[in-house]
Amino acid sequence: MSIRLENVSYVYGMGTTEEKYALKNINLEIGNHELVGIAGHTGSGKSTLLQLFNGLEHAAHGTVYYNDQNIYEKGFSMKELRGRVGLVFQYPEHQLFEATVIKDVEFGPANIGMPPMEVELNSFQALKDVGIGEELLDASPLTLSGGQKRRVALAGVLAMQPEVLVLDEPMAGLDPLGRREVFELLLKLYQERNITIIFVSHSMEDIAEYAGRVLIMNQGEIVLDGRPDKVFRYRKELEQIGLGIPQSALLAASLRERGIRLADGCITVEKTTQAIVEWYQNRKRGAV
Amino acid sequence: MVSEPEKGCSMIRDITIGQYYAAQSLIHRLDPRLKIIATMVYIISLFTFHDMAGYVVAILSFGAVVALSKVPLRFMLKGLKPIFFILVFTACLNLFATPGKNIFAIGVLSVTWEGLWKAVYISLRLIFLILGSSVMTLTTTPDQLTNGLEKLLGPLKAVKVPVHELAMMMSIALRFIPILVDETNKIMKAQAARGADFESGNLLQRLKNLLPILVPLFASSVRRAGDLALAMDARCYHGGGGRTKMYPLNYQKRDLCGYLVCIAYIIVLAAVVQVSPF
Repeated sequence: MSIRLENVSYVYGMGTTEEKYALKNINLEIGNHELVGIAGHTGSGKSTLLQLFNGLEHAAHGTVYYNDQNIYEKGFSMKELRGRVGLVFQYPEHQLFEATVIKDVEFGPANIGMPPMEVELNSFQALKDVGIGEELLDASPLTLSGGQKRRVALAGVLAMQPEVLVLDEPMAGLDPLGRREVFELLLKLYQERNITIIFVSHSMEDIAEYAGRVLIMNQGEIVLDGRPDKVFRYRKELEQIGLGIPQSALLAASLRERGIRLADGCITVEKTTQAIVEWYQNRKRGAV
Repeated sequence: MVSEPEKGCSMIRDITIGQYYAAQSLIHRLDPRLKIIATMVYIISLFTFHDMAGYVVAILSFGAVVALSKVPLRFMLKGLKPIFFILVFTACLNLFATPGKNIFAIGVLSVTWEGLWKAVYISLRLIFLILGSSVMTLTTTPDQLTNGLEKLLGPLKAVKVPVHELAMMMSIALRFIPILVDETNKIMKAQAARGADFESGNLLQRLKNLLPILVPLFASSVRRAGDLALAMDARCYHGGGGRTKMYPLNYQKRDLCGYLVCIAYIIVLAAVVQVSPF
């Protein structure tokens, strides 16, 4: 599995006097079994980029390849692509429409032409994966709580058995516990299924905690791309474009400024705590 | 290759309601009440005559107002697109179905002088009916329009017509149209991402395919309405009694001139129609 974008640009209002580039000359390759976080200011082109991955938006220039196949070529099945690259929009619970939870989850897999048996099986499995109990299968989605609705909506995409799961701010509007639950679920899927996960987040802490690779976008361009501990070294650059670095990385940075030598990679609470403890123990040992 | 749902999305994006054209002109600055009344006078006047001289006056006055409004003519003509079919249909119907002196005949269909004349003036009537109201909607923001309507219908409050409430509903509805269009786009995309197909199948199938859009759209409308009602309550909104406006409507000298021009139009039209030899 691989998604490759070559010289991709996207223009709003093509052919009018108000053409505006949402994406400028993007070159990007996302390989098998990656966990990618995307961050950027509002209007930096994140959402448009996500929608290029499954062909919902069409690039103005350039080409998108899925498994080395040009998705804009005649005869390429968009439906199949959308089954393989599952896209979960922001506030996905707003798209629930069926009378029962299970029917809503079955909508996606049935649409992409899965055999009925598989539709049912995958839907059950997806609901189980997201932690929706069997007693809720026949409930109306509208009666569920916010967190449950979101998980049902997530199951609706998972049931299509995508190879790539793309999520636009999956944690928006959830409480800290809900955020954690969604992320633990994504991590579990990532580890068990050998799938690729791409998610957008405004929280640098979440990206530092979970992503193996981070893309920073600004004004339609990818300005930084790499491992989180490397990307978060560009504190000045990130602050210039209205982003920041995780709070624990900030703490580590200001400690370093005061001459405290911490180990590298202090971007999560856990790692920073560990580094501080290590430094403290070293100092004590040195003092003794 | 453009995928199908995309086509659908862009189709929805093109709808513009409240087709206001921003410009600095005398017509834009006129009081909305004057514009509403003038438009009504103009439209009614179109139905009061049958001869060419009347149309000359109507067309010339329309041209003068358009020139003053600084709105490009093509924006006005855009308004004709939706009625194009009706226009052609009525013109043909009148052309072929009016008895009178024959010009020529195609099979059973015969074209008469009377029919030709009727087709022309009915088309002109329809065209200027639309163009006349376009001038109003192009030079007046929806907000101003509802304001003007509320003021004009004010006297009806005496007979317990909830004029303020109706105007409020109208402005809220107008305000929410772009939001709902946006929402529709989002939902269409979300369902397309789940493999939904809005373009294929027979009519019944297609209607059924709309369900995944309509249900979430209604749900979100109800949610938004509830939120808005709460927000209005929180700011102590309690209807029309004693409310003042941020920009109250006040007649200026130019509006008085406008009314005078309206009256002059009626007089000139009446005179021309009386005198004209046609």
